[in-house]
Amino acid sequence: MRKLSARLSARLSAGRRRRVAGLVVVASALLLTGGTYAVLSPATAQDDLAADAALVDRGRELFLVGCSSCHGKNAEGIMTSDGTQYGPSLVGVGAAAVDFQVGTGRMPLAQPGVQAPKKDALYTPEETRALAAYVASLGPGPAIPEETKYDLEEVDEEGIVRGGQFFLTNCTACHNFAGAGGALPEGKYAPSLSGVAPKAMYEAMLTGPQQMPVFSDQVITPEDKENVIAYVKSLEEEPSYGGFALGSYGPVAEGMFAWLLGIGALVGFAVWIGANSVRSKKGTKA
Amino acid sequence: MSAASVKKREPAKVKKPSKIGGAATWADDRLGLATVAKKNIRKVFPDHWSFMLGEIALWSFVILLLTGVFLTFWFTPSMGEVVYEGSYDQLRGITMSEAYATTLEISFDVRGGLLMRQIHHWSAMLFIAAMFVHMMRVFFTGAFRKPRELNWVVGGTLLMLGILEGFAGYSLPDDLLSGTGLRIADGLMKSIPVVGSYVSFFAFGGEFPGEAIIPRLFTVHVLLIPGLLLALIGLHMLLLVYHKHTQWPGPGRTEKNVVGYPMMPVYAAKAGGFFFIVFGVTALMGALLTINPVWLYGPYDPSKVTAGSQPDWYMGVAEGLLRIMPGWETELFGFTISWNIFLPGVVAPGIIFTTVMLYPFIEAWITGDKREHHLLDRPRNAPTRTAFLVAAMTLFGLLWAAGGNDLLAILFNLNLNYITWFMRVAVFVGPPIAFILTRRWCISLQRQDEQQILHGYETGIIMRSPEGSYSERHLPIDPAAAYYLTSRDRDEVFEVGSKADGNGVVAPGSRKNKVRARLSRFWFADNVQKPTRQQLEEGHSHADQELALHAADAHPADGHQYDGRHDVAGDELRKE
Amino acid sequence: MAVPGNEDATLDPHSAQSGDPIDNPGLPAHRPRPTDIDRAAEKRAERQVAGMFGLATLCALLFGVAYFTLDIGEDPDTFLGLGASNLALGLALGLALLLIGVGAVQWARKLMSDHEIVEMRHPVASSEEDRTATLAALRQGTDDSGIARRPLIRNSLLGAVAALGIPAVLPLRDLGPLPGTVLEETVWKPGMRVVNDVSGLAIKPAQIQVGQLVNAEPAVFFARDEEGEPLLEGPALQAAKVKAAVILVKIEPEQINALPARADWGVEGILCYSKICTHVGCPISLYEQQTRHVLCPCHQSTFDLADNAKVLFGPAARPLPQLPIGLDDQGYLVATSGFQEPVGPSFWERGDR
Repeated sequence: MRKLSARLSARLSAGRRRRVAGLVVVASALLLTGGTYAVLSPATAQDDLAADAALVDRGRELFLVGCSSCHGKNAEGIMTSDGTQYGPSLVGVGAAAVDFQVGTGRMPLAQPGVQAPKKDALYTPEETRALAAYVASLGPGPAIPEETKYDLEEVDEEGIVRGGQFFLTNCTACHNFAGAGGALPEGKYAPSLSGVAPKAMYEAMLTGPQQMPVFSDQVITPEDKENVIAYVKSLEEEPSYGGFALGSYGPVAEGMFAWLLGIGALVGFAVWIGANSVRSKKGTKA
Repeated sequence: MSAASVKKREPAKVKKPSKIGGAATWADDRLGLATVAKKNIRKVFPDHWSFMLGEIALWSFVILLLTGVFLTFWFTPSMGEVVYEGSYDQLRGITMSEAYATTLEISFDVRGGLLMRQIHHWSAMLFIAAMFVHMMRVFFTGAFRKPRELNWVVGGTLLMLGILEGFAGYSLPDDLLSGTGLRIADGLMKSIPVVGSYVSFFAFGGEFPGEAIIPRLFTVHVLLIPGLLLALIGLHMLLLVYHKHTQWPGPGRTEKNVVGYPMMPVYAAKAGGFFFIVFGVTALMGALLTINPVWLYGPYDPSKVTAGSQPDWYMGVAEGLLRIMPGWETELFGFTISWNIFLPGVVAPGIIFTTVMLYPFIEAWITGDKREHHLLDRPRNAPTRTAFLVAAMTLFGLLWAAGGNDLLAILFNLNLNYITWFMRVAVFVGPPIAFILTRRWCISLQRQDEQQILHGYETGIIMRSPEGSYSERHLPIDPAAAYYLTSRDRDEVFEVGSKADGNGVVAPGSRKNKVRARLSRFWFADNVQKPTRQQLEEGHSHADQELALHAADAHPADGHQYDGRHDVAGDELRKE
Repeated sequence: MAVPGNEDATLDPHSAQSGDPIDNPGLPAHRPRPTDIDRAAEKRAERQVAGMFGLATLCALLFGVAYFTLDIGEDPDTFLGLGASNLALGLALGLALLLIGVGAVQWARKLMSDHEIVEMRHPVASSEEDRTATLAALRQGTDDSGIARRPLIRNSLLGAVAALGIPAVLPLRDLGPLPGTVLEETVWKPGMRVVNDVSGLAIKPAQIQVGQLVNAEPAVFFARDEEGEPLLEGPALQAAKVKAAVILVKIEPEQINALPARADWGVEGILCYSKICTHVGCPISLYEQQTRHVLCPCHQSTFDLADNAKVLFGPAARPLPQLPIGLDDQGYLVATSGFQEPVGPSFWERGDR
């Protein structure tokens, strides 16, 4: 208000001063600011999840039993005495991260290690939701995506093509051209994408689990994320045009098959061709 | 002569010549084929499976020519860009080179196109693998010795050309994986001191990737190298025909003859049949196993890459060397020497190939063997040579594994960095260990052979002497087998004569000769020689004496009972 | 002792060596196969071989059937998740060929005469007379040419032929341009926006989170001229991309260990590095967000992006070049200068920059 010149503000407010005018201005300003923030900030539409107090409490109970031993009683994270991390802080990781990690069974970790492998989920979907609500209540973070974001229903062929280009630029360096997975340093790995649920893929891109980098919605938009998932699913659904895919690992697997099957079979045939034929025991022909 | 005494001549019965005979006569009238053919139609080829390994390579080459020509009818070797509008959904609308687009067209819009592509690629893999296996066989059996050293060199050149041809071939589709390989080749070129950047710019027609490399590789792949391959394969076969094939030693086989089956009909049927078998197996692989699915890689883009980027397996040695090499680079007076790329990428392959090519001459120099050899060596009878190849195979195997270290890590849950460290040590430690183990194994096999010759085979009959000691009864082995075991040369260690003559003048080259003598001793060290006639007779008389000692036994058993040719019914020794 | 089938055996210098224990027993007697003596076995083998050839013919016909009935292209036929056309054509072709081969070999093994034959080798070297005659002919030819007596002709001929090396080699000069300084320059200029690869969207710092990786390109790659045509396309675009591709990462500022000269090369913990590996030039985007290491998939060179992209492991010799970035007046990330050293693999003229 100070920025308006005194004369201007006097002229504006001269004819309209009502008692509630000030209130209305403030309220609309608040709405405008809040609304803009809500639209532009990272999705925290999880507010409804975190707003369900009963769910959050249930989640807290489950958390204390199954997660706090590594992540701390208040999910603040635990550092070991020599400065390495035991379990990271979960403040601000968002419900999406919990839904991904717990939903794919990665958490709880069966044993400490460099990588959390995917395994059978320990918690039921309701329990997972409760845990997600609790963690979401700790601080704003990425929300569990709505189904429309990954149901692939509106992705057309152009979207799949575009998703493929994103996939080849951002994903294949770790996950390989067919999503068969790849090696990372020190015993870590990027897992295979085969059979992974679209929701899990979306959440992984959004939250960047473990060593996977984050791909925020502003840089790779939700639409493009859906395109990427559609592309990966299209690879799964398309027939293997040339025969068995040999794991889609590339030339190393092909070379192994060339030697084992190809040379193996051909040397086997060579041995057969050069072998002496069966000899009769009956003696020479009369 | 009176008319009556002239016999009535019957019209001459002319046999109508067969159609084939007519055609053959027509050809011979113009080409004189019969002179050439007369010796070769019944030419004798020795029969052993290990002699067919080179044929796998030969027939694979034919398959490559046939399928390759098919592919050239649709492939456009151009890097000019087009927008893809073909059948593969996931790439529709993408801008890509014509080379890539036509490869997709062959794969998805030409019936049998994908099959031909896959047969072509599998066949290339088998071509080079077969050359390796064939070379190993030739090496293990000493078939590269005089007079076949030149054939070995021709073969080594064929292998090198084959590898280059394969690299050029799989780079043609201009897909992401092979483009990454070209990028690495560009880096290798740039690492050459002094001329590196010039070589790179000349090869690619400018900065990488340019638009010249695919058409140039096409010419190399379709014209230059196949022409060289054809010529060299022709020379290789010609030398083989002239020298005649080597053969295993054995009854009836000498250095002066060849024993086997005639070209027509047996060998023609076996070799011709093998062509169809090789083609058939390759076609089945093309039917059942996906190879080089370029549509999944996408067109080459310098900012894209896939995990698990490896070249085809035959480049794996160079790839492994590149991966395990530490990052050494020096700057001298404003110039950069990239040891980390130049040594493993350019120098090491050069050394390897040169050693391989020169090997027959090196061995001949060490052993001093100037004789012609047409009978093969059993690998065990040349322990140092066999051990050398096994050490080389170990080195190659380790480097291949190192080239796939990220796949080893992900398939077997290993630590990628540990694999690299392991390989850095193993490539120095592994081959000597393999060498030592193999040589001792060969020598122990030779000892086993010697035992068999001198003392015969074990019959399973244990005798107890009056003093209480046990011995096993042996019987002499089949004379043909005994001859096979002894049909080998005696080794002669190279000796240096006196260093100086009577006047004290040192013989020229004496230091070289000393080295040679030492190497020769190392070469033949601990080799078990075949027994002399005298030793053999001693062995036999020893056996006879033993038998005589047991003549008074209640149950004389000289061992023949259980050699499979005698009736043992009612035999008391085998009471149930 | 003469060896049956091989009269030269006694002359074999190897077996005549002193002390050789065993004489060559000669070729073993021929032992007949069941098909040689048993009519029924022979007929069976014949039927076997003919049967295989017949089956091969059938397979070749099936190839034709598969060719015309199985679709490829837009809507390909599939079988058990595999492409049906490739499978059927390949199986038919493969079996047809294999059966012919197996049949031919079986014919040879079972039915063709399997008596071993002996052929004598001839000496590999030419005979003495041939050698003498050849030498004489060569000498005669050389004498007739007179080249030995005419060193002027010989030397000038050699000189002329050697000089032909010039027209043989020189036309290859235009295979490519000289490198010049091309390898040391990229399209990055001060003020050029860093945009997301594929989408071309400009980036604001707030859009990037800690642990994020953005594969980025210079904005000029997505720029169009007045007619709407891309400014850079085809080989020019590829050549530019091969040096200009970059990655953006956001790291907690307290974890960054920048060199003093690079203190202002980032924006709020966002750093920009060349995506092209300094080993042999593969693009790197294998980023581990927790360790801040980036791994090249080609030969496993590992760089620490929090420490000026220092090489931690692998065959790379130099750190990744870093691109200084800042903000333009609309708040988007831009390069504040070009790369300060050559990007990509080393080359001789690179020196120690």
